[in-house]
Amino acid sequence: MWRVGTVVALHDETDMARTLTLEVPDWPGHVAGQHVDVRLTASDGYSAVRSYSIASAPNPKARVEITVERLANGEVSPYLTQDVAIGDQLELRGPIGGWFVWRPQQTEPIQLIAGGSGIVPLMAMIRSRSSAGGTAPFRLLYSVREPRAVFYGVELQALSNHDSPLKVTYAYTRATPKDWPRPPGRVDAALIANATWPSNLGPRCYVCGPTSFVEAVAGLLAGVGNSPDKIRTERFGPTGDPK
Amino acid sequence: MSSTTYDYLDGNAAAGELSRIFVTDVTAAEGQCAHCGAIKRFAEVHLYMQGPGIVARCAVCENVLLRLAKVGQRVFLDMRGMTYLKLDTSHSLKSSA
Repeated sequence: MWRVGTVVALHDETDMARTLTLEVPDWPGHVAGQHVDVRLTASDGYSAVRSYSIASAPNPKARVEITVERLANGEVSPYLTQDVAIGDQLELRGPIGGWFVWRPQQTEPIQLIAGGSGIVPLMAMIRSRSSAGGTAPFRLLYSVREPRAVFYGVELQALSNHDSPLKVTYAYTRATPKDWPRPPGRVDAALIANATWPSNLGPRCYVCGPTSFVEAVAGLLAGVGNSPDKIRTERFGPTGDPK
Repeated sequence: MSSTTYDYLDGNAAAGELSRIFVTDVTAAEGQCAHCGAIKRFAEVHLYMQGPGIVARCAVCENVLLRLAKVGQRVFLDMRGMTYLKLDTSHSLKSSA
């Protein structure tokens, strides 16, 4: 079932990524971690469907935020990140998915691990925890190319300040801020050991990113003793894209 | 971390298309592979979407679990690679919040 959403706000997260806020009058509500399918239809009837994670926490205002990263040869993302204007309408299907979700009733420690734009559904979980006043302690390990590619940086800093139960660790893969202690590099066993919950606390882990990232991180988490049934993963495309 | 290029996604990516067929969420549904016997959530399958249809393979043995092909307004669904799929009907997608 396709619903029509109206774009009510636009916000650039980075040079390459934009958050679209959509008002969907008959939105049934969602759970953090779910996604929507967006369908664009050209005047000749050609249509394309893409899946985007929901970035916003569940809210009573029938609003859905998605953050879209522009892909160089993308068919849909250049339109959503450059051409869409406030007042435009988009077709949406969802919310979709009941497995890669976090609900405020969960009280176990939560380990979030994002690769690039895989941060989006994890941000919905962080926002959901914050808006619902949840008590679960959260850790986020955010692997990102360089500082200017970070999504939601200011908000993450505010949410993780002082004695907040949210702790954020950045892992830069190409370029770091000045005087950063760790040289650029991918998430490795040492970082998993230092920056994630000890497995004996029984954390629930959510890993989202490109398939290669998810496979590597899920393996590292299992390698330090996390039970595979505590690790939930979501992989996103494009698939087989040349690097 | 290796630089292997993977050409699959996972069951989450098929959920929108399958929501046209199933009235309950499939990603949390538990299914058994008819080949190796592994019992996993549908979200965990390896999903191949580059072809004209969707192919879901077992994350353990790569047996084909499900094939979905669209021909005009018809959908062909082949699920013989699974011995069962256990769907939770206590909440439909419409009330999943």
